[in-house]
Amino acid sequence: MNGTETAILAIESSCDETAAAVVVNGRTVLSNVISSQIDIHTLYGGVVPEIASRKHVERINQVIRQALAEAGRTLQDIDAVAVTYGPGLVGPLLIGVSAAKALSFATGLPLIGVHHIEGHICANYIAAPELEPPFGCLVVSGGHTHLVLVKDYGEYEILGKTQDDAAGEAFDKVAREIGLGYPGGPKIDRVSKEGDPQAIVFPRGKVAGSVYDFSFSGLKSSVLNYLNSCRMKGEEISVPDVAASFQQSVVDVLVSHAMTAVEEFGLTRLALAGGVASNSALRAAMQEACSEKNVQFFCPPPILCTDNAAMIGSAAYYEFIRGNVSGLDLNARPALRLGSR
Amino acid sequence: MFTDMKIFAIEASGPVAACALLDGETLVAEYSVQFQKKHSQSLVPMMAAVRDLVGLDLKEIDAIAITEGPGSFTGLRIGAATAKGLGLAIERPILPVPTVDAIACNMWGARGLVCPMMDARRQQVYTGIYRFPVGGGEQTAPTGGMEILYPQCVTDLEVILDKVMEIAAETGETEVTLLGDGVPVYGARAMEILDGKLTCRFAPPHMSRQRAAATAVRAAQIYAEQGASCLVPADDFRPVYLRLSQAEQEHSERRDYRI
Repeated sequence: MNGTETAILAIESSCDETAAAVVVNGRTVLSNVISSQIDIHTLYGGVVPEIASRKHVERINQVIRQALAEAGRTLQDIDAVAVTYGPGLVGPLLIGVSAAKALSFATGLPLIGVHHIEGHICANYIAAPELEPPFGCLVVSGGHTHLVLVKDYGEYEILGKTQDDAAGEAFDKVAREIGLGYPGGPKIDRVSKEGDPQAIVFPRGKVAGSVYDFSFSGLKSSVLNYLNSCRMKGEEISVPDVAASFQQSVVDVLVSHAMTAVEEFGLTRLALAGGVASNSALRAAMQEACSEKNVQFFCPPPILCTDNAAMIGSAAYYEFIRGNVSGLDLNARPALRLGSR
Repeated sequence: MFTDMKIFAIEASGPVAACALLDGETLVAEYSVQFQKKHSQSLVPMMAAVRDLVGLDLKEIDAIAITEGPGSFTGLRIGAATAKGLGLAIERPILPVPTVDAIACNMWGARGLVCPMMDARRQQVYTGIYRFPVGGGEQTAPTGGMEILYPQCVTDLEVILDKVMEIAAETGETEVTLLGDGVPVYGARAMEILDGKLTCRFAPPHMSRQRAAATAVRAAQIYAEQGASCLVPADDFRPVYLRLSQAEQEHSERRDYRI
């Protein structure tokens, strides 16, 4: 540790990106290396856990080495090793966790296990140096849809989450049905720009008895039903219209839930996080809703929205200064809950 | 004996999590646990315990030996990612050891043939056939006196046992020792098949599973035989699965069908 500087080497391998980064004091990114496997998984129409695990173990050292090199650091100028230990796919998680533990064992550096969603939220600290808790955060990705109250660094209250599919999962499934393929998020985003979001009215998913929980499986079924009925009637299907209308339905639900939280908790700051936070319609709608209510809106750039290790390095810093370090028996926890350790 | 190398061996390919330190001719330490499948939690703490007990400076290690596979896909990767992380930190290469060879090495000096079998699921075993020739099998021999008569592979029980009988006939051997975690699953069946043809024995518990000490010894033998060419940079090491992932297999079958 150089004066007040804490440099953390962070590793992320919870799904299909092998990533490593060096982050100083939770806010300054010295390097952020991401090795994506998307081309391989596209062949199978989605992430295949066994293939992802095999690729992670092949790439892990090169990615870590590159992160150190780009940061101009060696392990001697690092203060702690951080790693995502859940939630995620267990096989992929185990690669990062095992490598990080071996590094910690061999160097004596403290080990910090990080919650993946906490990482996504902390991507906002990197993108917006002025952002501090408390704030609301909507985390939307291929595996997660959480509306979270960030009470303080490392302190979270989950207001709501999806009861079935994650938002990004719904994008992938619908994209497959309308022939856009994998990954669905960016493809639907692109094609929606040529479609009419009001062309078809798909339902806005509600969860009985909960204003903050999400449900996207009904919406997905509704899109499938629409497509089937068009095919049966021999009607032409406008892919851009279906995509835009589906996307609008998802965006409406996400924005309205977030705005309900803004009202109830008197939030003055709202942040987006996760892979789906790169969706241009969602960003625009959130920005607009926030301006109307005079709420400051934060959204990281796409490179920090996708799975990356810089966000893990940021979250790790705040765990580290709170004294939260992990033992060498740290295990991958595929269903780890936010706020638990 | 083999070399003056200090070899740190890591084992996670099957039901055993283990590590060992071999310093030239001295097996300095071995820590072995066969209890549930908690390799991810137990492996690195075991390595730390060994290091601390013998005051090992990790920089003194010359090579990290590991059973490269086959084995449990997840176990192989826990071992591989651990070995690679260690190799990156201490800047040392990995010395990969074929898993089945390492298991066979447990039976050093056994009479007759040695046939390890690991349960590979889907009615198959990871297996191979070995022998420790009497007389010609001095420990100083480059191969450490272990003959690989049929290299490790994944196959049906019946296929490997046919091969055992064939090799027994060719070599004049009359006995075979079976070992490995495939024995509880396929041992009885193997006895039936070999009945009246070969004397069949099962290894006792201290010899019947992966042992990090045997992996370390086998690694030293490989190094003595092959020299530095057997060393793999930690960055480049990848496990040997002997099988595609199910998705890849189905994908290639579909493609074959279309053609």
